[in-house]
Amino acid sequence: MAVLPRSTEVLLKPAVAIVAVGLLVMATGYPPGPALSALWRGSFGSPYVIVSTTLVRATPLILTGLAVAIAFRASVWNIGAEGQLLAGATAAAALGTLAGRSLSWASLPVALILGATAGALWAGIAAWLRRRFGVLEVISTIMLNFIAVDLVAWLVRGPLQEPTHIYPQTSMLPTSYDLPKLLGSRLHAGFLLALIAALVAGWVLRQTAPGFRLRATGANPFAAASAGLIDVDRTAARAFLVSGALAGLAGAIEVTGVTHALYEDISPGYGYTAIAVALLAGLEPYAVIASGILFGALEAGAAAMQRDAGVPSVVVSVVEATLILIFLIPRLSPGSNPKNA
Amino acid sequence: MNGLPDFLAATVRTATPLALAALGETVGESAGVINVGLEGIIIAGAFAGLVGSITVGVYAGFLASALAGAAVAALFALFAVVLRRDQIITGTAVTLFGLGLTGTLYRRAFGATGAALRANTQHATGLPGLDRIPVIGPALFQQPAITYLAYIMVPVLWWAMYRTRCGLALRAVGENPQAARAAGIDPRRVQLGAVMFGGIMGGIAGGTLVLAQVGTFAEGMSAGRGFIAIAVVALGRWHPVGAAVGALLFGAASALQFLFQAMGWHAPYQLFLGLPYLLTLIALAAFGGRHAAPTALGK
Repeated sequence: MAVLPRSTEVLLKPAVAIVAVGLLVMATGYPPGPALSALWRGSFGSPYVIVSTTLVRATPLILTGLAVAIAFRASVWNIGAEGQLLAGATAAAALGTLAGRSLSWASLPVALILGATAGALWAGIAAWLRRRFGVLEVISTIMLNFIAVDLVAWLVRGPLQEPTHIYPQTSMLPTSYDLPKLLGSRLHAGFLLALIAALVAGWVLRQTAPGFRLRATGANPFAAASAGLIDVDRTAARAFLVSGALAGLAGAIEVTGVTHALYEDISPGYGYTAIAVALLAGLEPYAVIASGILFGALEAGAAAMQRDAGVPSVVVSVVEATLILIFLIPRLSPGSNPKNA
Repeated sequence: MNGLPDFLAATVRTATPLALAALGETVGESAGVINVGLEGIIIAGAFAGLVGSITVGVYAGFLASALAGAAVAALFALFAVVLRRDQIITGTAVTLFGLGLTGTLYRRAFGATGAALRANTQHATGLPGLDRIPVIGPALFQQPAITYLAYIMVPVLWWAMYRTRCGLALRAVGENPQAARAAGIDPRRVQLGAVMFGGIMGGIAGGTLVLAQVGTFAEGMSAGRGFIAIAVVALGRWHPVGAAVGALLFGAASALQFLFQAMGWHAPYQLFLGLPYLLTLIALAAFGGRHAAPTALGK
């Protein structure tokens, strides 16, 4: 597969996305003009919208997109970024609720590290089930997503509920847990962490021995084991944990940067959109930044489209699906096995 | 309130759409194709079932469900079987596609509020004699006709998969496509047929939700059943009888709350909701390992 998407393809993707939205809106009988202009205004319409809406939305998508990209590159089918994100969000919120101000300056770093750890542990369950019992991770990660949703629903009505016991959420976390805001906007420093994570992941994957082992394991586990003397199982398990940690970090960043509390619908399916983000980036960490921002814009714009033009925002799912399928056509993805063709 | 009959009725009710979808998926996976797009197939079947039922009637609704399931399965098959793209990635896209398209169409056709539309539904029909068996009779044999289709499909599929040449070809392709090809079987055609069968069954499973259970459509009403059905296939060790048992077990785990309530035990509702998924994971570790799967699954 292509290491870097060609520059034409980078330009092509947003264009295809916009055309796809337009065609779909038309096909479902809404007037495309107002819909597309609302889409634009809500995503790239002004510097404020770009920074405060699109990039805020892009932050969890970049991190979960990276999580999926790294796992998929190792042929680990982690569909569980959603559950791992929830685990991370829960850990950060639980720390804030239980430890309060006692951690002073360390509050934020501990919350983020705890979030990443919780995500890795949640993914670790599936990694363990795969190694020990051969349970397909596609199935186990999806089951773990459902379990995470139900656990959060219970926690915010039970042990972690705010003290008045009226709302299904935790109390607002102390301000010592807040990620600093950037440029006087709603954008928080989590965006920078996402960028750094993408750059580091890209470098590790391309330039280091663990990155090589991961790519070799994903490309052909038998060759990696026999010719490269790589412990394929261990490499895959590590990729799984790193993937979970990134998704968990996304959850902790969402809590400390955006919501400042835990509640049920904290993620509008970031962990599922992440799959589209990763695939559109060709599973390349650097490219995940661009595709995360594109999907952040698409989702921010879709919200505006629903508000201003009455077009249901779920139309974005169709666009995401169409994009995945379009970009699936010309290239083989890792894990597919041409010898059966 | 009597716990046991409620428990059994709720078990069969939850198990029916799962069993239909899982039986179809068992056939697909036996040919080596795992279709994560099943969730999208089920929601498409549910939506088409509503449209068919409102415009014509219940049986037209089921026909529409089957056709919609087949259409979505054809999209999956085009990429995953004909073009041989990655099955998991294609399936994910197909699920997104089905959920998004039905949501959009539903809001377009029936308004953003989704004013509750009543579809014509299938009423429970007792099987004479059998429905008089104490305790289990009403739960198993006082059901909508579609439930009996699920019952019948279990032995039919067992016979078709293990006692016919066609079934042998199917399993051969799932175990070793190259060897199957050498034996004169066209793996692609077999997989295509298996995936389409899975789509029809998944569509009917979605139709069942609308036409025999809920009576209306809601966005995302498939609620993960496609994924659960895939887990049920693994639980059932890729065997039709196992799939039926797996669906019943999941149904029973979901229905435990009725039993517990009747016994006066109270646990938080959300934990009951999560329990079936947890039990599924545990059961998968115990019975559903990769070693029981068709060798070429997912490749």
